[in-house]
Amino acid sequence: MKVIQNIGIAIFLIGLGVFTTLPFIGDFKLDQSSFDELIDSQGIKSEIFVSDLKSKLVNKNFSGFQPLAPLVEESIDKANTEHTKNKEWGKKVYAGSDDLATTIRKKSGYGYVPQNKGLMWFLTFGLGIIGALMFILPQVVTLGKKGIKNDHIYHQSSTNKGWIAWLVFIFLVSFYLVLYFKSEYAVNWTYLVDPISESLSGNPAGHWFVYGFMYCVVMTVMAVRMYIKYRHNMYQMVRTTSVLFFQIVFAFLIPEIMVRLQLSYSKGYDFKNAFPLDYDFFFNWNLKELIAGGGLGLFILVWGIVLTVVIVPVMVYFFGKRWYCSWVCGCGGLAETLGDPYRQHSSKSLFSWKVERWLIHGVLLFALVMTGFTLYGFFAETGTVLGIKVQSIMNTYSFLIGAIFAGVIGTGFYPIFGNRVWCRFGCPLAAYLGFVQRFKSRFRITTNGGQCISCGNCSTYCEQGIDVRAYAQKGENIVRSSCVGCGVCSAVCPRGVLKLENGPEEGRINPTEVLLGNDVDLMELVNKR
Amino acid sequence: MEHIVIIGNGIAGVTAARHIRKNSDKRITIVSAETDYFFSRTALMYVYMGHMKFEHTQPYENWFWKKNRIELKNGYVNTVDHQNKKLVLADGNTIGYDKLILATGSKPNKFGWPGQDLLGVQGLYSKQDLDQLEANAPDNKVCKRAVIVGGGLIGIEMAEMLRSRKIPVTFLVRETSFWNGVLPAGESAMINEHILEHHIDLKLATNLVEILADETGRAKAVTTDKGETIECSVVGLTAGVSPNIDFLKDSGIELGRGIKVNRHLETNITDIYAIGDCAEQYEGIGQRRPIEAVWYTGRMMGETVAQTICGNKIEYKPGHWFNSAKFLDLEYQTYGWVFSERGMKENEQHFHWRDDKEKICVTVAFDKKTKQFLGINTFGIRMRHEIFDRWLTEKRDVNHVMEYLKDANFDPEFYSQYENKIVSKFNSEFGTSISLKKKSWKRIFSNA
Ligand SMILES: Cc1cc2nc3c(=O)[nH]c(=O)nc-3n(C[C@H](O)[C@H](O)[C@H](O)COP(=O)(O)OP(=O)(O)OC[C@H]3O[C@@H](n4cnc5c(N)ncnc54)[C@H](O)[C@@H]3O)c2cc1C
Ligand code: SF4
Repeated sequence: MKVIQNIGIAIFLIGLGVFTTLPFIGDFKLDQSSFDELIDSQGIKSEIFVSDLKSKLVNKNFSGFQPLAPLVEESIDKANTEHTKNKEWGKKVYAGSDDLATTIRKKSGYGYVPQNKGLMWFLTFGLGIIGALMFILPQVVTLGKKGIKNDHIYHQSSTNKGWIAWLVFIFLVSFYLVLYFKSEYAVNWTYLVDPISESLSGNPAGHWFVYGFMYCVVMTVMAVRMYIKYRHNMYQMVRTTSVLFFQIVFAFLIPEIMVRLQLSYSKGYDFKNAFPLDYDFFFNWNLKELIAGGGLGLFILVWGIVLTVVIVPVMVYFFGKRWYCSWVCGCGGLAETLGDPYRQHSSKSLFSWKVERWLIHGVLLFALVMTGFTLYGFFAETGTVLGIKVQSIMNTYSFLIGAIFAGVIGTGFYPIFGNRVWCRFGCPLAAYLGFVQRFKSRFRITTNGGQCISCGNCSTYCEQGIDVRAYAQKGENIVRSSCVGCGVCSAVCPRGVLKLENGPEEGRINPTEVLLGNDVDLMELVNKR
Repeated sequence: MEHIVIIGNGIAGVTAARHIRKNSDKRITIVSAETDYFFSRTALMYVYMGHMKFEHTQPYENWFWKKNRIELKNGYVNTVDHQNKKLVLADGNTIGYDKLILATGSKPNKFGWPGQDLLGVQGLYSKQDLDQLEANAPDNKVCKRAVIVGGGLIGIEMAEMLRSRKIPVTFLVRETSFWNGVLPAGESAMINEHILEHHIDLKLATNLVEILADETGRAKAVTTDKGETIECSVVGLTAGVSPNIDFLKDSGIELGRGIKVNRHLETNITDIYAIGDCAEQYEGIGQRRPIEAVWYTGRMMGETVAQTICGNKIEYKPGHWFNSAKFLDLEYQTYGWVFSERGMKENEQHFHWRDDKEKICVTVAFDKKTKQFLGINTFGIRMRHEIFDRWLTEKRDVNHVMEYLKDANFDPEFYSQYENKIVSKFNSEFGTSISLKKKSWKRIFSNA
């Protein structure tokens, strides 16, 4: 078994190695006709830009890591300065240099990778999957009898913030930085999944398709790990299946298929992604597209609003925030699969709890204010509200919250700060759900009378940094806005103290001092005070 | 300001301190020699197994004590001088007190076995024991085999710990079946099987005779009363615990096996109280033993004594017995009294059900004549403390328990449910025709 697992690791690392090398290699050469096509498709009217860029790019060889974006940037600057001077507003180039560079690369790649997509897919994704499964599947045997298997989590470099964890951290952070800010380097990756993208939506893959596909693959493989690790725990099995289903079908397949069907509303839409997590839902351009998108567009508009205003709170009332955060949501889905080995790193200190409340509610406020501005701007048909450019608020949010917080920090920091950094400190939807859960819900984690032995397993493995034990050892139910109902505290408790359940609201919050099992008169005296 | 001094920062002492603080403004000092801060002894195993770090076993953050004005003093008390109301510490310092709470816990039993003090021979009670085990048995190269002596809860925990590092373990158990002084035969048998499944070399009805030393004074083997010699690097002595009271021998405080206390947890000396593992009731309360060395009772005594100290003098009056443990992968809970065949009372009758596939079983004890429900042991099914506590208070009969068994289920959602199987076996065994009621939130939370 050990041998199989070690071979698995080796194969996985080869796959990962090839994948990681791809941004550094490859040849790119743009010919005249592709160049024209590109200029055409981007609707660029500036001759200055066209001729400048043409002299730099067309029929010239670029390889690997040589950046294109600065060249494009230069041309844009040059053209725009000139056009501004001449007041030729219609000719200014508004496209971003990174996006253009990415599109150029995608059009101009030649050589081994784009010509051997299938093989390269196998050498990256294929080997990664095979290797990972060879490591994971033998755990059916190596983990022994079913039950909680947390042995050596704090002895292993990978799960105890050792060097492996730091490498994973660097890898994840770099990956997100490329994805969000330097997507031209992701072009080689897009070739690998072109065939898949074409078969789904009919279009070649962009870097977000790579991300979406990879997300599903990673979640699926790590879900297998969850199934094995928690095979004694039906709650974990069902929940993992649910979250995987929603990721693959709702976040990945349906949007692609919507594009393929060329519906009136031509973009893909993730029907489960609720505002304000889906922070650009009320952005000017999105509203315009939805309204222009005929029946389907309108349906999505109404659905999006009903989802946030009605479905989300009603479901939280009946089932707690968990129905979304650990059963449906994609961010939660990754956290519960890829992130599971890191759940113990969330800080349980009171200080972190304070930081959490300031941050997450701050983000919610930010999202709401921003949305207020965009909506006002939309209806008043203005780009400036209260003297502030709406666009600049939207850009700040997208950059700080959408990219840095949710992506780079949210996932990149898994191995160091735990798997729910975004969900705990940042997600505005989680903040909203949390209010409902805390103040108007049937959900609670019931503490089983006086059975707690204060061992600390529950707190240690709470991914949301809740000090579960602090409640359990007082015999108190846990009713906390941040609880995503992953059920792991209940799973790891060696004394059967914790149960996630939806029951009557009355008595849900039950502050106690003297626990069940002691003198009933004393309990009465102290607890009723 | 009255100065309350507590010796021992375990669950008993710390609970007392917390509750005294809640109810008063008295000055509180806790003196303890083991660690600076309170930690959960019950979690020591998880540190060795790598589930947690030691800091995770500490239920309160370090700022907690200062904020709550509970002074902590790391030191060992050599003498209690009740005439002058002061303690003398090992470092020569003295601490004066107005009221003293002794919460000194237990220490592992040693029964005078030859070789019991050799290197590599140890118990598992304190943080120091944990550190020592880490040194004695870091892996299966240094520790080729461990022998554990004494088949109780700590023994099986120690076996599980060592197995997590793939160290071969021989488990010497005096009884003919694991823990059968406490558990009924069916349950005990199931655990025997489970121990073997975990590749622990269980030797029942076997006693330690002697621990043999190598030339450096380390344990190298044990001999048993079956004439066997078992080579090993580590010997775990886990044959129970007894109160940690040696330092009180000449203090004038009345001692038996533990510190003798009345129902108010007072010792024979005014203003000195004893709680937790170290306290011994003159007479066991109800069916309880005079010394109760479990977590919960330590906590309950702490809750109680705090009231008395704060002027609301009350008796220690624990409610219905409950307890829980985990045997490797098997969770165990008990509510009320279910005695083993050895300890069974005249009127006690058992109903035992065991699943035919999973390692899950339940034993219900009830009165032969009146059918009154006396208690339940459950393995592999979690049950609600509140419900059983209520049924015991209401003196329900066993038929009622069976009928409403679903209300008591505390397993996580989507788990397989076994009530149908349990009740149908009960029906066929006792010729009843009980039909299970559906779970009802209303009943469950009726007096919550
Ligand atoms: C490995 C293990 C697992 C256990 N698991 C369970 C379980 O699952 N469920 C359960 O109910 N119970 C369990 N127990 C028993 C439970 O831990 C004890 O009953 C409980 O900790 C006793 O608490 P206490 O406060 O009375 O004493 P302790 O926790 O022993 O605290 C006493 C403290 O006083 C200190 N002290 C003693 N004498 C002096 C002195 N002269 N000067 C200064 N300091 C002194 C000691 O060093 C110690 O730190 C377990 C015990 C062990 C060892
Ligand atoms: S895991 Fe269970 S026994 Fe341990 S502290 Fe949490 S609730 Fe208490």
